[in-house]
Amino acid sequence: MTINHRETTYHEVSASADENQFLTFSLGDEEYGVDILKVQEIKGYVPTTRIPNAPHDVVGVLNLRGTIVPIVDIRRKFGMEQIEYDQFTAIVVVVVQNRVMGMIVDSVSEVMSIPPANIQPPPDFGDMNANLLTGMGKVADKLIILLDIDTVLLGENAGMSLAA
Amino acid sequence: MNLDMEMFHQTFFEEAAELLADFEGGLLRLETAPDDLETLNTIFRCAHSIKGGSATFGFTEVAQFTHSLETLLDKVRNGQILVDSGLIQLLLESLDQLKALLEVAQGHASEAPSSLPLLAQMDMVIESVEGGASDADGVLWRVRLRFYPGDDVLQRGANPLFLMEQVAGGGHITSLECDISKLPSLKDMNPETCYLGWNIELLSEKDTAYFHEIFEFVADESVVEISAVDAFAEASGQFDQIAETASVPDTRETAKEAGVFVGNPEAAIAPSKTATVAIASAESHTLRVSTDKVDKLINLVGELVINQSMLNSVIQDFSMAKLPRLIEAVAEMERASRELQERVMSVRMLPIKHAFGRFPRLVRDLAAACGKQIDLQTSGEETELDKTVIESIADPLTHLVRNSIDHGLETPEDRRRAGKGVTGIIALHAFHEGGAIVVEVSDDGRGLDKERILRKAIERGMLSATDPAPSDETIYNYIFHPGFSTAERVTDLSGRGVGMDIVKRAIQGLGGFITVSTTPGQGTRFRVRLPLTMAILEGLSISVGEEVYILPLTSIVESIRPGRGDVRLIAGATEVVMVRQEALPLLRLYQIFRSTPIVTDPTQAIIVVVENEGRKVGLLVDALIGQSQVVIKSLETNYRKVSGIAGATIMGDGRVALIIDVPGLVRVSTGRLEYTSAA
Repeated sequence: MTINHRETTYHEVSASADENQFLTFSLGDEEYGVDILKVQEIKGYVPTTRIPNAPHDVVGVLNLRGTIVPIVDIRRKFGMEQIEYDQFTAIVVVVVQNRVMGMIVDSVSEVMSIPPANIQPPPDFGDMNANLLTGMGKVADKLIILLDIDTVLLGENAGMSLAA
Repeated sequence: MNLDMEMFHQTFFEEAAELLADFEGGLLRLETAPDDLETLNTIFRCAHSIKGGSATFGFTEVAQFTHSLETLLDKVRNGQILVDSGLIQLLLESLDQLKALLEVAQGHASEAPSSLPLLAQMDMVIESVEGGASDADGVLWRVRLRFYPGDDVLQRGANPLFLMEQVAGGGHITSLECDISKLPSLKDMNPETCYLGWNIELLSEKDTAYFHEIFEFVADESVVEISAVDAFAEASGQFDQIAETASVPDTRETAKEAGVFVGNPEAAIAPSKTATVAIASAESHTLRVSTDKVDKLINLVGELVINQSMLNSVIQDFSMAKLPRLIEAVAEMERASRELQERVMSVRMLPIKHAFGRFPRLVRDLAAACGKQIDLQTSGEETELDKTVIESIADPLTHLVRNSIDHGLETPEDRRRAGKGVTGIIALHAFHEGGAIVVEVSDDGRGLDKERILRKAIERGMLSATDPAPSDETIYNYIFHPGFSTAERVTDLSGRGVGMDIVKRAIQGLGGFITVSTTPGQGTRFRVRLPLTMAILEGLSISVGEEVYILPLTSIVESIRPGRGDVRLIAGATEVVMVRQEALPLLRLYQIFRSTPIVTDPTQAIIVVVENEGRKVGLLVDALIGQSQVVIKSLETNYRKVSGIAGATIMGDGRVALIIDVPGLVRVSTGRLEYTSAA
């Protein structure tokens, strides 16, 4: 997935009611964002327990204060090259459709507000990947890829889908 | 009706269910000991409490029915009516009616059979001893009723409207006047104070006591006067006339206008003669726990708090000199928290007598229905089981008992011919065995007919007639197959062939299993083995490569290290392991779970023999780690079902370990389920 950067300059944005807030994280060279309301917590990487015969991107399960939480490696999910987990590796715990799940990302960046006017519809890739995005957010000179986390984690082609 | 009220209703229904169980138990005791005054008193108290509760909560039908029941029981208690089988039958039927009415009141059933036939029977019994007593029910008289409820009647939770409802149910109101003289102006009015009073005149066949009882619960703070206007005994024609012509203010209508729910007495007159109602089974979501258990919990929590402050004081200015004290404090805390866990679990445990309670009645009724004499013997009623298991096991057990009565036990003549006592025995026996509870249902009847089962199995194509005869155990297990019934005719009780497989599935659903053993001419024994609780499991941790898994201890038969030549390949594909001359399929867990193996040579590894439904399988694991109690957590809540895995648990170090689904693996090995990765 390659995205051309477009150089756009914006004034400092202030949070307001109709702005969406996103938690941003990095994967490789790109910045991704997920709706902050879906995020339950962020924790550092800890080893998981492998689930036998699980899809490639489901690396295992984790004990989150007594709850068994499946963990998805987003790099594997997106077919990206795998890297060693290090001290920046984070697990973003999200709640999608009443399920608690974790995603492993390279590192967590910040929480930012993006006014709807600065969000473009996802570009037409002409393939499956397009519906994994809700749009492209522009903040200062950065372009944030906004993920539709429900589809990413639970969509038809997702390893977490209900159908075994 | 607001939510708070609903909450009280729930409590009432639970209490009523308990009272009804006592009532039933009392009746059955009464049958064998008709003179037991204590039992009679118990029964009477049950009826009285249900009446009180239902009247308070406005379940008019229940209240009216129990009122009649109570009147009858009172006469029994006073020795005016003798206890005989007819009376017990009537009382048992009344009990069923009461259950049906309560189901309707709870909204589990839409309609109950009419109470009228039973009420009429009760009246007949009562009248037969009363003769023509002057002030008894049945004589029409004119009642003058003055009811001035106390100011705080509403705050006390009583509802005058329901009381008026009941008054209206006791006769025909000819005049009703509401006294509003005490009503203050709107701005001075307290909405929780009752300012009203009523003067009512009605024609009734009920006696004074009836009206007194209506107001029993508010009598203390209210003015209630009941007096006769004059002696009034008229022909019924005239009565009807009066009822028609007099302008009777219909309290029920008024109540509806006020937007209050009112029980509909007319519903009871629905033309339904069939006594059986489809009663939705109501699993209760609350738990009654003995205060003893709660007190122990409180003590333990207290200990934990003390422990914690002890720890706090030790770690403040910690030095190595304090190390022994720290170790001691941690050990103490460990003990307290382990005990706390055990006790909290025991809160969910109920004695199995809650499930056994229904059987005396069931056996009694069935014995009468099929003309057999049966003695029900129970033991181990105090054995405790998880509440969920108790609730779900009652139906399968009922089926087993019915089955034993219908198929197992012979008729008295047959028994005499076989040289046995005429009274057959059905025994329910519950006890602990290892980490499980065993419930046995046995009879001393004719036993399973091996030849007939075999014939039927061949007929059904479960095996071919040319096959070598299977073992007795295999044959007897055919009765658990769907659609299998050897009964020559379908009776009310059983024989439709849907029974035993449902029983088996229900028990498996609870994590248990069922086996059957039989001796021709001497009886059959069904053995149901259930886990103590669905939340905790006694497990053996094993290692497979770098990974740790948990095997439920209840399914483990033994573990062995095979010698050279014990593991063989059959037909070049299937691996088996020889354990004491028995060839068991061998599953290499690292293959099934696709983990990186450390040990692949069986002679260097351990084989754990597990069993499900009588089938044994050997599981190849690297090593045994240890035994521990684990709390079962669901993988499905946040993920999905994983084949070969029953659930997950959290180990002492906080990491997750997966629990192996032994029944699933055994099915895989016996080839009934294609396992994608077993290759």
